[in-house]
Amino acid sequence: MMDNKMIVEGSLETSDLGFAFYGRLPYYRGLGLSMIEDIQITVDGDLIPRADVRFHVRGKTYTLDQMETIYDDRWNFGEKAKIIAMKPGGLPPGDHKIEFAVRMRVSYLPFVPTTKDTKVLALAA
Amino acid sequence: MPIKRGVSLYSFQNETFQGRMTLEDCIRTCAEMGANGIEIIGEQTFWGWPEVGVDQAEIDTWHRLIAKYDCVAVSHDFMLDYKRYKGREMPFEEQVASVKKDIDFGARLGMKYIRALVSIAPEVLVAAAPHAEEKGIKILIEVHAPLHFDHPWIIRHAEAFEKSGSDALGFLPDMGMFLHAFPPVWKEKFMRVGVPKHIADYIEKAYADRVLSEYVILNVQQMGGVGPAIAMAETLRHNAAFEPRRMLDYMPRIHNIHGKFYEMTADYIEPSIPYDEIVKVLQQGGYQGYICSEYEGNRWIEDVMEPDSVEQVRRQQVMLATLLGEPTPQLRAAA
Repeated sequence: MMDNKMIVEGSLETSDLGFAFYGRLPYYRGLGLSMIEDIQITVDGDLIPRADVRFHVRGKTYTLDQMETIYDDRWNFGEKAKIIAMKPGGLPPGDHKIEFAVRMRVSYLPFVPTTKDTKVLALAA
Repeated sequence: MPIKRGVSLYSFQNETFQGRMTLEDCIRTCAEMGANGIEIIGEQTFWGWPEVGVDQAEIDTWHRLIAKYDCVAVSHDFMLDYKRYKGREMPFEEQVASVKKDIDFGARLGMKYIRALVSIAPEVLVAAAPHAEEKGIKILIEVHAPLHFDHPWIIRHAEAFEKSGSDALGFLPDMGMFLHAFPPVWKEKFMRVGVPKHIADYIEKAYADRVLSEYVILNVQQMGGVGPAIAMAETLRHNAAFEPRRMLDYMPRIHNIHGKFYEMTADYIEPSIPYDEIVKVLQQGGYQGYICSEYEGNRWIEDVMEPDSVEQVRRQQVMLATLLGEPTPQLRAAA
């Protein structure tokens, strides 16, 4: 659910350190960060290594490994988190195809869902 | 006392997720439909719950809105994330403490009930029951497909509730378990993701004929069905057509109802759930609580259209008001 609303339109930005966009949790509620098992980003077909992904929300930045033991912070329902890919040099201006997948551990489900969105986002020169 | 109408704000998730409806918009919308019972999923409506907490100012706003629109706080649906820790289940005592925290939150919101998910163990709820009694809250386990009132897991809950002697434990049946026809919005979605029409037609017909799901799955395989066709057939495993009258044995412990629906047509019909029969059974059982609309068609159509959750809920409220013998002119005029 909410698959096609995960990547926030028009939110792509870049710097010398990498690029970032706003992402939303594809779920009808929020989740404590320890239950976000994985976030995968690809840009123009290239997968960003897990260690190079950062999650930023309300002034705090986490690696995916750190998030696994964060029990006092959440990704709230509909909340736009900044999803950061550390990639020296960032991205050149123009259109970029972004894939964004979230795997979450949901207590009541007998499986571990992964939900994905793909959008082409423009980066101004 | 007649059966009352309410809405779970879950119904408006597509709008609230995108910030297109505020909490006040949701509550006002329900009030305008004469559906004055308000149910929420606590952590959907209140950012921060449960891990971070919720400021008193937000609780005050909730009470102000409920009063302003002359509504009633019915239920806080809680989740209990017993898989919070990677690789190990939350210990029993911590689960009980977590439920107590949700009881307190429900009480702060002025709720009568809190909803427990069906996967929670009965022992956890029984251990939390004395606290619920102190706070004037009932904990209701949601009986939801694929579970049903004759399933051994639900019977375990019922036995544990009786043994506890507590009247703070009960049930919240989700009407989706009484699905009686394959929902058209499901069929259309499965066809959009590649199920051939003849296979989709077969599955829909097999469901109408109440063919055992395992036979349907095998037949679909033999028709050459793969991937999405198998997935469509497998929905039959989780959505057997149970009988609404199975609720009758449990009426003394049924205190809230999820009016689940997948689609309301322009002529006020839910094609897949037999609400006329459901309302008759509830009346026969002397039910006096709320039926809270729970729109879940959103996820089946969002790939091709923006769901209009408010119109869908309005249509269901017209249907419910009609079935309950209420006048509906104002509801029909709204849009």
